[in-house]
Formats: sequence, structure tokens, C-alpha cells
Amino acid sequence: MIITIDKKKISCEDGKSVLEVARDNKIDVPALCYHPDLKIKGNCRMCLIEIKGRPGLHTSCSIKAETGMQISTATPTINKARKINLELLFGQHRVECADCLLEHKCELLRLAKIYKVNINRFKNRKAKLKTYKFGPSIEFDSSKCIDCLNCIEVCKKQEVNFFEIKKIDNINRVLPTCDKNRDCIYCGQCITHCPVGAIEAVGEFEDSQKPLAPKNKTIVFQFAPSIRASIGEEFGLAAGSIVTDQLAAAIRALGVSKVFDVSLGADFTTVEEAKELVERLSQKKNLPMFTSCCPAWVKFIEFYYPEFIPNLTTVRSPHIISGGLIKTYWAEKENINPKDIYVISVMPCTAKKHEITRPQVRIKGLNPVDHVLTTRELAHLFKKNKINLANIKGEAADSPLGEHSGAGVIYGASGGVMESALRTAYTQICGSKLSKIDFKEVRGLQGFKKANIKIKDNIVKVAVVNGMFEAKILLEELKQNPQAYDYIEFMACTGGCIGGGGQPVPVNSKTREARAKGLYSIDTKKKIRVAHDNPALKEIYKSYLTDKHIIHKICHTTFNKKKREVKI
Amino acid sequence: MDILSKINKSNLCGRGGANFSVYLKWLAVKNATNTTKYVICNAAESELLVNKDGYILSKYPEAVVDGMFLAINFLKAKEGIIYLKPEYYKKLSKQLTKLIGNRPISLFKKTGSYLCGEETTLLNDIEGKRKEPRMRPPFPTISGLWDCPTLVNNVETFYYISKIANDNYNSTHFITIAGDTKNKGTFELPLNLSINNILKNTNNFPKFNFFVQINGGASGEFLIQDNLNKKLNGTGSIIIYNTKKTNKLKLLKKIVDYFHQENCDKCVPCREGVYRIHEMLKNKNINQEVIDDLLFTMKNTSFCALGKSVSTPLNSLMNIK
Repeated sequence: MIITIDKKKISCEDGKSVLEVARDNKIDVPALCYHPDLKIKGNCRMCLIEIKGRPGLHTSCSIKAETGMQISTATPTINKARKINLELLFGQHRVECADCLLEHKCELLRLAKIYKVNINRFKNRKAKLKTYKFGPSIEFDSSKCIDCLNCIEVCKKQEVNFFEIKKIDNINRVLPTCDKNRDCIYCGQCITHCPVGAIEAVGEFEDSQKPLAPKNKTIVFQFAPSIRASIGEEFGLAAGSIVTDQLAAAIRALGVSKVFDVSLGADFTTVEEAKELVERLSQKKNLPMFTSCCPAWVKFIEFYYPEFIPNLTTVRSPHIISGGLIKTYWAEKENINPKDIYVISVMPCTAKKHEITRPQVRIKGLNPVDHVLTTRELAHLFKKNKINLANIKGEAADSPLGEHSGAGVIYGASGGVMESALRTAYTQICGSKLSKIDFKEVRGLQGFKKANIKIKDNIVKVAVVNGMFEAKILLEELKQNPQAYDYIEFMACTGGCIGGGGQPVPVNSKTREARAKGLYSIDTKKKIRVAHDNPALKEIYKSYLTDKHIIHKICHTTFNKKKREVKI
Repeated sequence: MDILSKINKSNLCGRGGANFSVYLKWLAVKNATNTTKYVICNAAESELLVNKDGYILSKYPEAVVDGMFLAINFLKAKEGIIYLKPEYYKKLSKQLTKLIGNRPISLFKKTGSYLCGEETTLLNDIEGKRKEPRMRPPFPTISGLWDCPTLVNNVETFYYISKIANDNYNSTHFITIAGDTKNKGTFELPLNLSINNILKNTNNFPKFNFFVQINGGASGEFLIQDNLNKKLNGTGSIIIYNTKKTNKLKLLKKIVDYFHQENCDKCVPCREGVYRIHEMLKNKNINQEVIDDLLFTMKNTSFCALGKSVSTPLNSLMNIK
């Protein structure tokens, strides 16, 4: 179909909105409440257009392109309306550019310049409103909220409904709920879908430098599998660009002496989880087994579905295992008092900030990880220290806790944990080398995937879920039919960790796809692609994790039913 | 001749205020492919000081229910719902239930106020959702109540449909006359009467200097005495104000207060625009240039008819010297 936008003839697909067509063709139509992951709401009234033959202004987000349409995106009427609407938006958005998640990416500021907006035309009506803290993970500064309602929708999609609309002094506002039957799971999807930086991770960015502060401590950084395919975006690289070695070099440039790769921790999680799976399958106990490396998912189960706690694998998440190994195995080896080690994990996740505070993960009273930085925080830290990730010369991460298999890297994408565990479980059951290494049926960004995997004479029924909407459907299905599956991978965020709440913004399905593709490309190129073949892991099992007791202490944990934690 | 052809011939327009062709609305629901359909009678009557639907419902409930039943049968709808303002529900629910008998029509007491008269907000209210307007398209005729094709017509519209079915429609409408006058009430009058003549024929033409607000006490337009030669074409109402005795600023404030209280705060121009005008009036710090800009963007960019209509009463009232 052909439509005309600003006198330019454009051919486009059926079913696309005028906004999508314009943006596909690099025509700048501003929009704030529009997000490709979410429904069309038409709340911000910025994506205005005029259509020949239809009087008045229309919102391009809500109008489908039709053959022959003649559209203008920047007439004097449109520009005047946008300017006034922006001035009204600035009247409800407390400007705090010096400490904002969006820094140089702020759409409001970009538009303010284009439309010559007087940002002080209206006195800020929200200046005195509160900031709410959701546990150690998320902060919602309601004085910056423009009421676009993206957070309400995304949180509803996550089956959490932590945000709600309340009328105060005759005007509706977005506020966290006080309902004791609802609690934040810290997934951070509200952050990555907020157009104005009103929601951010705790610490962004005022405390980014904090983890470098402890003096007389050995500072150890470890970075998650997924961030190597996403952090480059903050430095102008395409989504999915792999920067593993640059990341290690850039972290060292911050003055940090030790940089490890959490993919090794992921290999431990895989091996332990495969063991547990084989055991549970043979004993037919607590099936289906659920993955538990996503802390937002764990919180969801502990709070909303505690009856499923026995189904969670007791294996710790990768960075908690590797953090534990740093403070035990590595500390011993390097002859450092574990109390003098400060471990910082760089994670794609806001829920990880909560996970490290779980008392159940402590080893001899010490937390395996002392601080979590989001991908965004680390990028900010690099920029603040004038380190450009895009052109730094790459260096390998440190040994021995940096070596990893391809399986450890794909953890960052939905289906990756499942595939890694299947590779190892397959070998454990069949006792032979894998004839098949790729389990492509569990890959991909769709919210729900299932497959029957033949291992020896058995069929293992697996499912992979990302996003809590799909997760809830599956949990309800399991209530009816507990034997529907044997093993299920759950990730709270769309696409898995590559779409995590700590990842760079903006994010959409294309970015997530590219990030996942990046991770799988690393796996394909790796010589060692199964976790149990990782030589560093083998060595640690041989020399340190020698008995059940110590394996349990470092690699396993417990869960418990939870009451609401977040206080408003 | 079937009822649809009769409606077409009558040129009946919706009496909720928007004047949309009843024929086209029925046709759209009839042609909608989904087999579950609904018919809703809008008796939300939210405009301030207007009581014509309440009047019709108390005086001719049979005709209204008959009109609905005609629509239900013609469209093969699953169910009809009369969506009632709480006062009307309290006063008329018993009588209506009795009248409906075993016909598939139920009553729904509206839970919100002004905005619930807007048909998509009304649908959200029945579905128990947040009371805010829906995105259009899809129009309710294609995807309305529970995503099914839905005919929403006003009380007065259904009343006249039963008249049309009985070949008894004489191009009349109902008008509430209120305000500074003695003979207030609701009157049935020919469509083609001018406002002047309506006032005269009903013995409501004041002897003092006056201005009026037509088409509803909130979103309706204000007119001065010299401009009353035109016809009424919205929500049938005329409110008379004694020029000498009316404090126009107070009246303006009352209307803005009402919108501030009643709007849903969904879209930027209406939520923020009404708030800013409300603040200016409250603080007696009126900047005409700012008001003009706000009304401009509300009129041109608001999500629904409420926001778009705010400029009508405000501009016309401010223009009265």
C-alpha cells in the first residue's frame, strides 16, 4: 500500500499505524506514551497528524495506514499543539536532569528544544510529591511522573498490579498500591517502559561510584552473561554487539584489579541443576522442577504462589554461586580474608539488588555479593570516568573464575538455562557425549515455548516461559494438571535477562532479538559448549567442592512464603 | 417497510447530543459479523440542569422500552440494558422492571457521573473497568460491550423509534428549559423552531436582559439575546440567565470546577488544561493568552468529546460582555 507522509510517497505494510510507518521511514513523530510492547493508549497527545479530507488533528499511534492517505506531521497547528502539550507536561514533571536515568536520551528535553518549549511556563504542580522505594531495588519518583500509565500496564502484564490510579484533590495520579495482597517483584519492567525516567533502580545514578569506595578491600567485579550483548548500546554500538573483552578491560580501567565472568557461575548452576533434575525425574519428586535463577520469578512464587515453592530448584543463581566461590575458594587460594573482599555483580536486573540481601544465601555470615550494579549503572560509571567501551582494547576476564562454556553465556536469553541444563542432563543420563547440542525448540522470544525432549528412553516434557503473564497461565494450568511438564524455565522479563529491568533503554522486540542473537553467536563459536566440560569448573569440583556439605553451602539455597515486603 | 427503512426515511438523528444518524448506527450494528450483540439505552443524562431523558422515562416508559425491544428484535441482540443515572434508577427501577416483564432487558445503575454519559465510558462502567473513554476505532457498533457489536442510543432516540414504528413521528424533540424563568420544565416541540420561538411558545421569553446556555449546563454554548434565531441541535436544553443578576466569573468557575471534578485525567490536554484553568480562576490570576492556548490544545488534541468541548462554554461565556 502507498501512503503519503509530508509529501513523500511511502510504501508500507497493511495493519501498521501511521506512527509506525512514519518511524520506519525515519520521519520524526514524537510520542511519549507509545511503546511497541504495550497497547495503544493515546494519552500523551504528542504524535499528532493531519489527514487530508478528515478535519482536525489525529493521533498517529491510533490510526492505521490506509491506501492513498495524505498525511502531514508538522503543520503550524500541530506544532503549536505539541508545544503547549509539552509545556503542560513540564508542568507536572520535576526536572532533575543532573540525576536522571535518561541523561542524554531524554525525549522530553529533545522535544523541548525542537518545539522551543518554555519549560517553566507552568509552575510544577508535582514538585512536592514523594519518592517511593520498592525494597532495595526500585525507586518511583512521583514528582517526575507524567501519568502516561505505561507502568500500570506493564505491571499489570506482569500480573503484579503494583501501580494504581488514585484520585487526590480531584486529579488522578499513579501511585504504588497499599494492598497487602500485592507486592512488587522487583523485575523493573516499569523502569524500561517509563518514558521520562520517573522510575529507576535504587542507586541510579547517584550511587554508581559507591562500590568503588571501600578502602582496604579487594574489589572484585563479576558481570552477567547477558550484559555483554547489551551494554554496547550505551556507547553507540548496535544492540547485540558483543563486548565481553572490552567490558573486562573497561572495568579494569576503573582501577579494579579482578574481573570475573558470571558465565562460570552459570556453568555451576547448570551442572547442579541438571543433577537435581535427573534426581527428581528418577524419584518423581517435586515435579515439574522450576528454575530459580530469576529472583523476580522467585519473589512471585514466594508471594503469590507459595504452594509451588517445593518445585523451585534449590540451586543458587549464577552470580550468587560465583560470589560464594570468590569469598571461599578464591579467597583461600589468594590468601585473602573473605571479609576483606568486596564483590560487585553487574547485572541486567533490578531484582538482583534484592536477591543479594536474602539471608538464605549467606555463607558463614557473609553475603556472597556485596553490591549489584545494573547494566545502565556500569555504563554510567564508564562514562563518568571517561572510559569509552566502544574503542577500548579488549582483555580477557581473570582466571580461574572467568572461564566458561557456551552454555553459560546463553543463560541471558529465554530458553538458555533450559538448553544448558538439557545439554548436561542428557550426558548425565546417557553417559555419552551429546550427539545433539542445540535445542532450538526452546529458543526464541515468544512468551511460551514447549517441547518434548527425548533422553534415552524417556520423554522429558519441558516448557520455557518469559514474562509473568504467561507464567501465571502456566501455573494455573499446573494446578489443574500437575503432570503437564517435567521441567520449566521461568524468566520474569520479556525475552529473559536480555530484556531485564536493569538493561539499557529504550528497549523493544528488535533490541531483545538482537541481544539474544549476540549471545547465541558466542555459544556457536565456543569450543566448549557444555557446562560440565568447563575446565575451571572441573578443577573446582575436584579440588574444592568435594563433598555434599560444601556443595550445598555454596550452590544451594532455600525459599520461604512471603508477606508483603515493600512499605509505602 | 421494516423498522430500519422507516428510520432511514425519518432522518432521525441521535438525541444524546452528537446528532449522529440513527439509521447509520443501526446499519453498522446490523452488518457487524459477531452474532452476540447488545442494545443499550443511555439514560445517564449527565449534563447539568438537563432533565429531558428523566422526563421521557417517567412519562412514557412503555415507548422507550418498546423502542429498545424493537432494536433487540431487529438486530437479534442477546440483551438490552437500560443504563440509568442513580436518581432515575431509584425513582423508576420498580416501574421499569414491571414494564419490561419477560423481555431480555435489564437495568444498570451508573456508578460514575458526567463522563459515563459518553458511550464508551458507559461501556467500561458496565464492564467494571476504569471509567474512561475508549479508543475509537473500533466503534461500539463493531466492538462495544464485552467486545461485541453494541447499539447505544439515547432515551429520547428510543422513544422516537417506537413512534416511528407506529408511523407516529412528527419531527419533534424534547427540550428542558431551566434557569431564571418561571415556566421551567421539559417540553416537546417541533425540530425546526428557533431558540427565540421555543422560549416564546413555552412562555419562557424573559422581560429582562438575558443570555442563555444551550445544549447542556456544562458543555453547552452560551448565546446572547441577539443570536437566538438559530435552531437547537444538541442535547435539548436551554438555560436562561438574567444578565444583571448573574456573576459570569462565578458561573465560569462553576463550570470549570465541574469539569475538573468530572474529567477522567487520561489525556494530557484535558487533565492538565482543566487543572491550569481551575488554578487560574482559584487564584484570580487570569492570563487570557494562556487560557487561549489551553483551550486551543484541549479543543484540538483531547482524547474524547469532554476535553474537546470545554472550550465551547468557556469561550462563549467569556465573549459575553
